[in-house]
Amino acid sequence: MFFWAFVIGGLLCVIAQLTLDLFPLTPAHVLVLFVVIGAVLGGVGLYGKLVSFAGAGATVPLTGFGYTLVTGVGEAVKTKGVLGLLTGGLTAAAGGIKAAVLFGLAASLVFKPKV
Amino acid sequence: MATKSQHQTDEMQEYQKMAQEMRPKKPLLKNVLLAFFIGGFISEVGQGVQWFFMQHGMSAKEATSPVTVVMIGLGALLTGLGWYDRVVKYGGMGGSLPVTGFANAMVAPAMEFRTEGLVLGVGAKLFTVAGPVLAYGLAAAFVVGLIRWLVTGVA
Repeated sequence: MFFWAFVIGGLLCVIAQLTLDLFPLTPAHVLVLFVVIGAVLGGVGLYGKLVSFAGAGATVPLTGFGYTLVTGVGEAVKTKGVLGLLTGGLTAAAGGIKAAVLFGLAASLVFKPKV
Repeated sequence: MATKSQHQTDEMQEYQKMAQEMRPKKPLLKNVLLAFFIGGFISEVGQGVQWFFMQHGMSAKEATSPVTVVMIGLGALLTGLGWYDRVVKYGGMGGSLPVTGFANAMVAPAMEFRTEGLVLGVGAKLFTVAGPVLAYGLAAAFVVGLIRWLVTGVA
């Protein structure tokens, strides 16, 4: 698992780097693209396979965020029906999103930019 | 007429060629190698955190959310200290694609625009990159979920 986490995590970043260098896109465009790719690959069941053998190598890159959103939607639809299409994504990603907002807010209030 | 347009395209091609040669070449191989090792290393740290949670009785799936929380915390802290910007400078997407880079993309502009106030500075700039990522991520998850629900009936 530790070996594949490094290799897959590294390779996903290589694909992102190539996308950035070979196409006229900004890093923000690449991040958005990768979240969408993660959601699509998660939806067809491919990304789940990657997660099961590469662990954090697949969940730490932002594609894993798209995967989390789409698996959350899937699970919520199973238990709650159609409403799950709306509630599932954010429920599954709630921890990450709230942590990002809280830590982000705290860090930008505590630290001063170095210039 | 035909010769004239021919002449022009020749000139244009020559110019294109010249512009191509003048353009600074991106050190593609170096960028790719740095992205691989830095992205791989950050993923490895995430795997270490996941291993820690799994030692404490969580399954790999249960550990995913707390691992993300820890990595985002690390990314926000290192950005605040001014170190993560260097990781992105050298690692390129190797620094930006992991969730630590997502945290960096939130904190860095929020810190920079603090002078514009707590609401329109910090509050708004936290979402310069996170906003689009969430918007399109959620939209994609909805569409993919909807298609899967329509096709399989379950999702």
